[in-house]
Amino acid sequence: MPEEVPSRNPNRRTFINWFLATSAGAFLLAVLYPVSRYLVPPPAGESTAATVTLPIKPVDVKPNSGQIFKFGSRPGILIRTPAGELRAFAASCTHLNCTVQYRSDLSHIWCACHNGHFDLNGKNIAGPPPRPLDQYIVNVRGDEIVVSKSA
Amino acid sequence: MGRVGALVCLGLVVLATWPVPAAAQPPAESCVACHLEVGDDRLATPAKEFGNSVHAAKGFGCVSCHGGDANEAGMEAMDPAKGYIGKPDREQISQVCSRCHSDARFMKRYNPAMRVDQLTEYITSVHGRRLMELGDDKVATCADCHTAHAIKPPSDPRSSVHPLRVADTCGSCHADAKRMEAYNIPTDQLQEYKQSVHWKMVSVKGDLSAPTCNDCHGNHGATPPGISWVGNVCGQCHVVQAELFTKSAHAKIFVDLGTPGCATCHENHAVTRASDDMLGLGEGAVCAGCHALDDKGGEIAAGLRERIDLLRGEYDKAHAILLKAERAGMEVSQAEFELSGAKDALVKAQAAVHAFTVEAVKKEADAGLAIAAKGYERGVQALEDLQFRRKGLAVSVVIILALIGGLVVKIRQLERKT
Amino acid sequence: MGTLEQHYKKLWNWLDERVGLAEVEKLARKKEVPVHRHSVWYYLGGMTLFLFMIQVATGILLIFYYRPSAEEAFESVKFLMAEVEFGWLIRSIHSWAANLMIFTLFIHLFSVWLLKAYRPPREITWLSGIGLMGITMAFGFTGYLLPWNELAFFATQVGTEITGAVPVIGSFLLRVSRGGEEVTGATLTRFYGIHVAVLPLLTTFLLGLHVYLVQKHGMSMPPAIERQANPKRVMPFVPNFMLRDVVGWLTALAMLAALAAYFPAELGQKADLFAPAPIGIKPEWYFMFMFKTLKYLPAHILGIEGEVIGILGFGVGGLFLLLVPFLDRRTARGEQSHLFTWLAIATIVFMIVLTYLGYTEVVTQ
Repeated sequence: MPEEVPSRNPNRRTFINWFLATSAGAFLLAVLYPVSRYLVPPPAGESTAATVTLPIKPVDVKPNSGQIFKFGSRPGILIRTPAGELRAFAASCTHLNCTVQYRSDLSHIWCACHNGHFDLNGKNIAGPPPRPLDQYIVNVRGDEIVVSKSA
Repeated sequence: MGRVGALVCLGLVVLATWPVPAAAQPPAESCVACHLEVGDDRLATPAKEFGNSVHAAKGFGCVSCHGGDANEAGMEAMDPAKGYIGKPDREQISQVCSRCHSDARFMKRYNPAMRVDQLTEYITSVHGRRLMELGDDKVATCADCHTAHAIKPPSDPRSSVHPLRVADTCGSCHADAKRMEAYNIPTDQLQEYKQSVHWKMVSVKGDLSAPTCNDCHGNHGATPPGISWVGNVCGQCHVVQAELFTKSAHAKIFVDLGTPGCATCHENHAVTRASDDMLGLGEGAVCAGCHALDDKGGEIAAGLRERIDLLRGEYDKAHAILLKAERAGMEVSQAEFELSGAKDALVKAQAAVHAFTVEAVKKEADAGLAIAAKGYERGVQALEDLQFRRKGLAVSVVIILALIGGLVVKIRQLERKT
Repeated sequence: MGTLEQHYKKLWNWLDERVGLAEVEKLARKKEVPVHRHSVWYYLGGMTLFLFMIQVATGILLIFYYRPSAEEAFESVKFLMAEVEFGWLIRSIHSWAANLMIFTLFIHLFSVWLLKAYRPPREITWLSGIGLMGITMAFGFTGYLLPWNELAFFATQVGTEITGAVPVIGSFLLRVSRGGEEVTGATLTRFYGIHVAVLPLLTTFLLGLHVYLVQKHGMSMPPAIERQANPKRVMPFVPNFMLRDVVGWLTALAMLAALAAYFPAELGQKADLFAPAPIGIKPEWYFMFMFKTLKYLPAHILGIEGEVIGILGFGVGGLFLLLVPFLDRRTARGEQSHLFTWLAIATIVFMIVLTYLGYTEVVTQ
């Protein structure tokens, strides 16, 4: 719609138009790229501090074994009791916050730092830990294990 | 209307019966009737206190311990012929209590889980031995700790033997300098204990499993830990340290020197929270009590401290840089999660100190140092990624500037015609 | 080439028949912008509008991840900053553009005041502008709380506390603004609703009115220029002025990107409802002059609480600002009005001095 303006140098005019169109296109890309990347959901999925979906499949947790998982920036421990039930606890020992582990030979949870023992309900049964481990709720959703803090 | 009336009636019935559980009500006894009426507190108080006791709740009466016949209304109730013994002598008290409490068959009827070895233990205690062998009737017997009449189970917060009150109960005699004078034993245990980390755990953190007097000294068999080695007491909870200590060079030397094991460094009643300052040869270091830099032990002590300090320093450094990255909005939760391994290693290294060899500590500390170094690297990486954002920004700013330049030229071109 | 133009023409006609493009084009062509030594101020309204558009765009993007509850707000913002790609950029731009927008809005306001652009027939334009200013400040106040961090929490506590000092209805206002007696998760949810639903709705109406009126009346010429006899120069809005506008906008965008990259919006620590207030809680800079004035007032003036006087004072001040076009009779009659020029300058000086004092004051308690 702009009227044809006679220019001193038609080549220069074409170049400016070309330059404008290119940089405008680049600009549009520079805006759209971050926005589209932003809209793609990140692998971590959800932001809640209260639930975490574990990168462990239920079948990979054998009876009488346990695994450490990441809950926020704190460790959690997922165990399968010899009876086959899945349970999860905060893996920070209630004594001095060391990470506890599952001892298949004892069939209960154990802290290596000061030899603290917890039973399969997370209750402190021997050694210095003063309190039971905090228990989480474990739900199995298809092939996923979802651990959440109790309300 | 009828229905409402019925409900009201039901409510009244419930209210009328509610506050009187059958067992809590002592059977109507002539003893209580008279003792309350006489108007002498010395007589009334036992009757009142007994009403709230565990024994009254289980349906026992005065005669269960004092004998006599509560069905008689007058002084005949206290006829020695009917087994009345009055106030038991101090020597007699443990016998009175153990009549039931040492009878497994009898106790089972009331509390199947309850132990029946109190008397057996008591006669091994310093209290019991002095009473029975020397006839010293000033020592503690059942009623002194459990009270005579207001006896409650130890789980009841009002009980004199509830974990929160045990220290004061023992202290009522042991902190009394006049009373202890004859025995020539110190009286500062209560005061010292109340400064300890153990009492802090019990009283402030509410951790009733943390030790109070009876957890180390035994309750009915209370003695100074006359056991073979104090580590057997401390090691009940502090297993790792006790085990390492028994295998260490110190174990034998301490016995030869006659020093009290764990308590040599950690005190007995005033056990403070162990800190790194206790280690090495600096100020507040317990090692310096025996060792100096020019002996081999001193060298080891300084070496242990150096390892621990190094690990703590590296951990703090890694933690700080990760925190900085997190505040700047970088994702470092995985790194923080992994860094907790270094903190574990620090705790393990602190326990490993009790082996008193540099190798034992080094083994734990080196693992921690490796984790801390990795954590620090991740922090540096995260902050570098932050710089990368700025490079991305530079690209977009160049694009914007180009567009602006193009527009300016375009405007000038447009306006040149006018 | 010719066929392309034919296609273009066809499309144009098709659209024109349906939406009336020719009329829009006529309007756009007709619009002219006066050119004189004060022309630069004409860009600020457009600049504010552009920044508002950025706020709308980034705000919508933020809603995708934000969760408005005391339990999850902080975590969701943390997630957005750390896990979501370019989340830090979107949030930082939203935060910086908000500040820049209020800044340009203030400059726009005072330039309009000093150039007396509110004189008849533009009184309603002024009124809607003042309304937009109020809304923008409310946007800032409610938005500040949403990350639910320590600073925001306490700033909101202090800010809402002040409404409690309003005579008669103070305690009612306090309860309504906080959604309860204290600042809690209920306040957060309430502020969120206001920030993303109520205020945008009000803005749509007022902004529509404001822009329509600017279009209807055209650009106002300062009285001093109008009085000059020499022929007036103008510039077509499309494309000359608009291209210049775009240059300004792009500059602002480049600045925003730089600010976001070098000074990303911090998150700080999660709000703890029961923690003691940290030392030196400060409101956002655009509330600082009011905050500082209230602090400087003595505890009692003529037997009335100083804070109440201050709040009433700001109320009267706001009303005065709103009614400037009706109070300034001299300008309305086409005469010079030095009084209102000096009032504008006095207001600017007052705001700058108190804001400066607010930021340089030594924190003692």
